[in-house]
Amino acid sequence: MSHPSTYNPNSGLEKWLDARLPILRLAHDSFVDFPTPKNLNYWWTFGGILTVCLVIQIITGIVLAMHYTPHTSMAFDSVEHIMRDVNYGWLMRYVHANGGSMFFLAVYIHMFRGLYYGSYKEPREVLWMLGVVIFILMMATAFMGYVLPWGQMSYWAATVITNLFSAIPLIGDDIRTLFWGGFSVDNPTLNRFFSLHYLLPFAIFGVVMLHIWALHVPGNNNPTGVEVKDVKKDTVPFHPYYTVKDGFGIAVFLVLFAAFVFFNPDGLGHPDNYIKANPLSTPASIVPEWYFMPFYAILRAITFDLGPISSKLGGVIAMFSSLLILFVLPWLDRSKVRSMRYRPAARLWFVIFVVACIALGVLGGLPAEGRNVLYAQIATAYYFGFFLIILPLLGIMETPKPLPRSIADAVLNKHKPEAASGGAQPAPAE
Amino acid sequence: MTTSDDTEDGEPTRREFIHIMAGVTAAAGAGATLWPLVDQMNPDASVLALSSKEVDVSAIAVGQAIKVMWQGKPVFIRHRTAEEIAEAEGTALSALKDPSARNENLAADADAEDANRRVDPNWMIVVGVCTHLGCIPLGTSSGENRGDYNGWFCPCHGSHYDIAGRIRRGPAPDNLDVPPYEFLSDTVVKIG
Repeated sequence: MSHPSTYNPNSGLEKWLDARLPILRLAHDSFVDFPTPKNLNYWWTFGGILTVCLVIQIITGIVLAMHYTPHTSMAFDSVEHIMRDVNYGWLMRYVHANGGSMFFLAVYIHMFRGLYYGSYKEPREVLWMLGVVIFILMMATAFMGYVLPWGQMSYWAATVITNLFSAIPLIGDDIRTLFWGGFSVDNPTLNRFFSLHYLLPFAIFGVVMLHIWALHVPGNNNPTGVEVKDVKKDTVPFHPYYTVKDGFGIAVFLVLFAAFVFFNPDGLGHPDNYIKANPLSTPASIVPEWYFMPFYAILRAITFDLGPISSKLGGVIAMFSSLLILFVLPWLDRSKVRSMRYRPAARLWFVIFVVACIALGVLGGLPAEGRNVLYAQIATAYYFGFFLIILPLLGIMETPKPLPRSIADAVLNKHKPEAASGGAQPAPAE
Repeated sequence: MTTSDDTEDGEPTRREFIHIMAGVTAAAGAGATLWPLVDQMNPDASVLALSSKEVDVSAIAVGQAIKVMWQGKPVFIRHRTAEEIAEAEGTALSALKDPSARNENLAADADAEDANRRVDPNWMIVVGVCTHLGCIPLGTSSGENRGDYNGWFCPCHGSHYDIAGRIRRGPAPDNLDVPPYEFLSDTVVKIG
């Protein structure tokens, strides 16, 4: 949270720099003495984990670009060259490829944490919206990166996704041609995807800076959702308390990361992507990477026409809406209570929401036939119903449990029987 | 009410005129700068030069079909049997999901009866790209799944096309496109 600067330049050099560019002051006030709620749990370590993920992707990506050739006749072979010939090339590529999956795993946990603890609510709406922007940029970057190895899945994923845009009335075909630079996915497409795949991570980095800035104005939310009332009692300095806690979370996360890289590096990929792209033959089933499957399931769930909207356009609208709806979430959830710890009904609906998202993820990887279509339609309906109907209604109808008076109160009463912050006895209202 | 920038009769002053002109010039300049940056992404001359192709179809026996590449996309050329022609011509328009011919050789409002889908009844020539999300339907090579209507079947999301390339069942919205083509002789067809 915004707080008076506590930085004291010690040496003459620090004083000299502080009068000209107070960058050490900014770093000290943001990451050393920053007052942080004392009750953050391990779900809060994913911000730090995500920063590490972004840095890993940028470093390994820069290295891979030194050996990769963005041309349809050479791209596939240059990736095999990286795997077989380049010193440690196999390591760089496997870290980069699995790093994408780890990045999305962490971002989904980060987003569900924000949903559960109401981190998107006033005064953190802009913080949340910047996060959604980062998520959408991540999806665009990951999609274009997946095309670069020019395997069968690369080629057909590019074909299917760029064809989505042709569903837009009037200008759809022109937009698609602009993506392709021709009449189908071909060398111009590969070249521009490579260019943008290199650019977008730096755009993400910029928005991450804004995201951290927007975080440091109101300060962290916390598991109680109660604002900091007394900086002395409710907070601890970021360093060493959360540098150490985040560091431990990052270390555990990297163990999982390394387990994939070293013991099952292709486990999250698709074997068809080790077949070179063939524009004349579509693989028997086209499956996106696991982190896109929930959205792919929503796309395919719209199998019916809605008035003038064809099923194809309807699917595209539903898929993009499922992302864009996150931007207005702060205004859909009307409840004043942030944390679902104190919202018994919301907590139940939230658990069903997580189940629906996982179900969509599973269904996105299965053939869209028979029962699967119906299940995907039910899960899609719940996904939108949760945001558009359940959250707005709960804000009016739900009776939340009594909130703790302060963060310090919640922490100190945690281990006492019949804590004032919950239980059967209603605590005095604020 | 008049401000210091307006003349008595409400006309813009000399200063306002200069502001408007400067703004319009800057906007035009910005547009002229932006357009090359967008247009460079459109197909270039070397891509457009590959826009037509001649194919010798004399080796395709009755009942067979081939795939050729045209503009980076596959084109299916099927030599239809007499029964297949009869089946296609006997299909009622009411049974079709998309009533439009989708034939670039004809006007846009032509209906999808078999006669509007081909030049010569023996030859069915369509762009082999599913109109749903761009996969290549199966059914051209012998032994492939031809779907429930004996034409083509898209494995990605289960669209069934009939022997005239018309969508009959599944998520695809349109019939397969008929590319612009003409027979230069009995055995050579020029696509594009």
